[in-house]
Order: sequence, then C-alpha cells, then structure tokens
Amino acid sequence: MACATRSTSRTADMTATLSVDRLRVSFSHRTGSIDAVDRVSLEIAPSECVGIVGESGSGKTQIFMAAMGLLPRNAQVSGSVRFAGNELLALDAPALNRVRGSKLTMIFQDPMTSLTPHLKIGTQLAEVMVAHLGVSWKDARSFAGRMLERVHVPEPQRRLNQYPHELSGGMRQRVMIAMSLLCEPSLVIADEPTTALDVTIQAQIIELLRAVRGEFGMALVLISHDLAVVAGLADRILVMYAGNVVENSIAAELFRHPRHPYTAELLKCMPSVSGPRLARLPTLAGQPPRPGELLEACPFAPRCSRAADRCRIERPQLSGSAASQVACHFPLTS
Amino acid sequence: MLNNTLLRVRDLRVAFGAHAVVRGVNFELSAGETVGLVGESGSGKSTLARAILRLLQPAQGSVEFLGLDLLKCAPEALRAQRRGLQIVFQDPLASLDPRMTVGETIAEPLKVFEPGLSAGARRQKVGDMLQRVGLSSEVSGRYPHEFSGGQCQRIGIARAMILSPKLLICDEIVSSLDVSIQGQIVNLLLDLQDAGMAVLFISHNLAVVRHLCHRVLVMYLGKLVEIAPCDALFASPVHPYTRALLAAVPHMPHAAVAAAPAAPGEPASSGEPAASGEVDTPGEVDTPGEVDAPGEVAALDLTASGCAFRDRCPYALPVCETSDPPLLEVAPGHWAACHRSHETLNGLFCAS
Repeated sequence: MACATRSTSRTADMTATLSVDRLRVSFSHRTGSIDAVDRVSLEIAPSECVGIVGESGSGKTQIFMAAMGLLPRNAQVSGSVRFAGNELLALDAPALNRVRGSKLTMIFQDPMTSLTPHLKIGTQLAEVMVAHLGVSWKDARSFAGRMLERVHVPEPQRRLNQYPHELSGGMRQRVMIAMSLLCEPSLVIADEPTTALDVTIQAQIIELLRAVRGEFGMALVLISHDLAVVAGLADRILVMYAGNVVENSIAAELFRHPRHPYTAELLKCMPSVSGPRLARLPTLAGQPPRPGELLEACPFAPRCSRAADRCRIERPQLSGSAASQVACHFPLTS
Repeated sequence: MLNNTLLRVRDLRVAFGAHAVVRGVNFELSAGETVGLVGESGSGKSTLARAILRLLQPAQGSVEFLGLDLLKCAPEALRAQRRGLQIVFQDPLASLDPRMTVGETIAEPLKVFEPGLSAGARRQKVGDMLQRVGLSSEVSGRYPHEFSGGQCQRIGIARAMILSPKLLICDEIVSSLDVSIQGQIVNLLLDLQDAGMAVLFISHNLAVVRHLCHRVLVMYLGKLVEIAPCDALFASPVHPYTRALLAAVPHMPHAAVAAAPAAPGEPASSGEPAASGEVDTPGEVDTPGEVDAPGEVAALDLTASGCAFRDRCPYALPVCETSDPPLLEVAPGHWAACHRSHETLNGLFCAS
C-alpha cells in the first residue's frame, strides 16, 4: 500500500487521501543542515486510521507539519505531499488556507496553546465555518453548538460563551476535535492528542476519536510516542526511527509479529500493568543517531543486536507486502 | 517494621488560600522501602512531596523523619535533616543550572554538607557517583545542554544521591522520557533499592509503579483513598477510583506480552490469546477497559460533605453524599476509604 515505488504510487494517487513521496525535511542550522525527515513515502487511504509511532526526534510530527505548511522558516522541504490530488508543497498560502482547517485538519498535543485565549469558544468554532463555508455567523454558531454536543461536551450552549481557560484539559481537547470536524474533513491529523491528559481522560478521548471516526468516516492519522494509545485505534501502524519509516504493518500483525528489530525492542520496553512483574525492565542501549549524523547506513545499526557489515554500509529500503513492510536487511521472521 | 520507620506523615494538610490541596494525609514509609504515590494531575501528589520536604509550609500535621518533626524544626536542624532527604524533579534540564558543569552541580551538596573535604576527594566522589548512575566520570566537565533528557535525569539523581540520603523522593522523573530510556532510569532506581535506599516514587504511570514499588498510595483530590501492597493493588483494587485508573490504562495487545500469564483479577483483559490464528480487527485488539469514572476531577467545594469521588463513582450510595469514608484496613496492609469496600472484597459490587 504505502511507500510503493514511484510508478505504482502514481496510480495509487487516484485513491489515496494523502500521498507522501520521498519527503525530506531538513533544518538549516549554524553548523549546517539537519535532516529531520529522510525521504519518507507513505499513503493514507480514505477512512483509514494510521498510527505513527516513534520516539522524540524521530520526525513523526515533522512529516505532517510539512503537509500543513507549518514548518519554521529555516526548514527546507523536498519531495511531494499530495492531498486529494493537489500537491500541497506547491500551494501558496491562500490556496493552502482553503484546504487546511477544512478538509485537512490537525489536533495538537496541548489544546490550551492551540486555542486562542482571548476569543470565546463559540467564536473560534464559528470562525472556521464563516471562513471556509461562507455561512453566516448566526448559522455557524448554532452549528458549532450542535458539533459540541456531538463530541459530548456537556452544556454546549454555555460552553460557546466561555473562554478556553474556563475549560478543563479534556474539555478543551473535545473542543479541538469538534473544530477539526466542522467542515467534514477527509483527513484529521491528531498529534499526541492525549499526551497532556490524565489517564482516565485519555481513555475518554480515545473513545471519542473511535466514535467520531465511525460517525464521520474521515481518515485519521494518530501520532504518538505510546504504542498502547495507538493500538486501540489504528488499522495500520508506521514505526519511525531517526527520520525514517522502518516498519509499516497492519496493526494486529505489528503487535503479533514485529519484523523490524527496533519495533520488537520498543514493544519489549513497554512496561505493562498485567503479566509478570519483572526484576528489571528491558532497555534499549545507546541513543538514536544525532540529527544530521544520518549516514548511508541503517540508522538503527549501532543499537541493533542483529546488525551485520551490510547494515553499516547500505541503507535498507522499505519493502514487503501490503500487510507488512520493513526497512531491514535482516528482518525478524514470524 | 515499626522501629524501622523512616518517615511518618500524620494528618498533613496544605492549603493555598482557601483551597485545600492536601487534606489530611497519613502514611508511613520504612527504611529501604519503595512506595509509589499515584493519582491524576491536581490530586496533590507534588504538593505532598514538597510539604514533606518543607519546601512549602503545611497548614497542619506532622512529618517525622527519623523521629524528628521536620515541620517544627529550627532552620539549622531542618537543613541537617535534609541531608538524608533528597528530591529529583520531573524536568531534568530545568532542574540543572545551565551555567554549572555537571561536576560542579553534583559536588555542590558536598561543599555545603562536607566543607572539610579536599577538592581531590570531592572530585573522586563525584566521579564514583557518575559511574554509579551509568555515566562516565569524564563527563564532569560538560554542561547540561550537552546531554540527552535521560542523561540529565541521571545527573539529577547523582546530585540527590551524593550525600547518601536515607530517602529519595522522585517526582515524575520518568514522565518526560522516551520508553527506551525510561527503563534505564527505573533500573537505576532498582539498583538503589537493592542498596537499601528508600524511595517515594510519584508517578501517574501505573505500569512503572507496578514494576518498581513495594507499596502504593493512591491519591484523589488531596486524600489517600487506597494504600496497598503493590501486588494486591493491581490484583484486587478496592477503591472505585483505583479501579477506574487501572481500567483506563491502555493495554498492549497480547502478542506484545506473549506467553505472559495474566495476573489474577486483571481488570478487563482484552483480546484473544496471541496463539489464536486469526487476525483480530484492530478495534478489538486493544480496547482499554471500560472507563469506570465518567466526568473529570471536580473543583472541590470545601463545604461539601461526603466522599470526594462520589460524583464520578458508578457505585455511589446515598451515604456517600453525607459522610466521608475513613481510610480503613480491609485486608492485612491493605487500606481503602470507601463505604463499600467490603462488598468489593467479597465480589458483591454492583452499580447503584
């Protein structure tokens, strides 16, 4: 499915909601240029939920910041990001503004900083529809109230007249989710949507995302450092390491038979509230390569117990079946 | 056990203005024991830790450390006691001085408490401590920004450990770390535990608490609602809030913990055994257990009587509105503050 060669990805473009091809994101820096995303290709099918998992600095957020045109000025982007047939990287700001926030929306980790503090919730929600759909403020506000109800915000009419600081973190995240759904998006990108929330609230938001997905039928990208959060929702999971997608598998398959050694290590490292208590937790020795240190070798090779000479001189490419793709010269077999 | 008591907290209360944050906390901690303190944000975990260290002044209660009440100590005596009582904070980079080298940072407590020590002896101690936390002694000339988050957390632990304290308070020290690094810090604490150090481990990460702690305290809106040996808490939680917390933890699908026998009484176990050949639909692989606590932590009305959890509790009875349940021992070493704890223990629980 995802990350096919150039020729097949062109045909897949017809159906994919989002199609990323050899995307490279680098940041210029005093001492040179740092690659955050290194020639990543992936595809999101309509109505599909894809989990993007990786540790901090693996580049999982930067792919979608590039797609949304939200990268800082010192970023250079090459490659292609096509959304509903349009090349997003080629759009100017006004054209991009017609897409993002309406058909392509994003939910961020911290709902306090992504809502405007001095505008009422109702105004912020209505503004989206006034700008994108050209409806009247009155209609937009009443629709906003109904949308809050659909994401189970209690007393929606009262919330419309409140400011973000008057709401709890979980409630603010519900408002963000409502905002992302106003214009019937075909893709919602949720970047660590529950990381800032308490565990009982996290469970509620995951349930809400599940319900909303069923109700609205949009594709959903769920970015998280926590495999367990992604596990409950994603059809397919992409594992990122040092700016690369190292594994792309059907979710159940990934948990049952991880094929990249990094995925397997990551699964082993997750402490669990069930199963036997361990005398020591499994760990992954070493550090990811520093950004900018990416060589033409497997980026995981220095930490990999399976690494051989070939891994240090040749970067493995993502390959395999639609159910499971892996970028490894010596993948684990089931 | 009793003469082994290191820390005894009695009826500790902390208020910010009219807002009570810690509302009468009682517990003891023995030498060499690791106690977990769990609860959601706003439950008062960190405030309790700071009150124990007297980094803020509690309104009421006592904190006896090695038999001496820290809250009534004169400043010099308090300072001497703090030598045995150290804390590591959540944000590793923010709690290190960016303009001091790692060596200077770790040596500073020695300068304060052991001024007679020669510079050479100090350097030796710092080097040994760096090695003990898994860093090379050669890094002592470097600055905090040159280290990763996990390494900075080790430096924070080294600074706290340099005086060989009796008790280490860890306030969410693994929360900002990636999962592969988290295990390294937990294992370091397990080493310190083996060396006889007592730890108060504050965390919202129940899985880490389970692997590290001997006993667990569960805090909700400023009160301890359950105290239990670690295994008992995870196998048979009594308080509905504890049950809700455990049920809300997202579960990894089974293959990831293949061949692991399920803990007895595991809450809402998910999915099929890994051996079953079929590919589950992902929605079923990992449904977090039923969320037992709808709603969110309420702002507490001080004048209200009754159990603070009642509005979110699916098992609340009329009595929960009027009377605040005391913390009672429901099984040996297992305490819970719930009017219905005996029903839970006997498996008679049903929603009202």
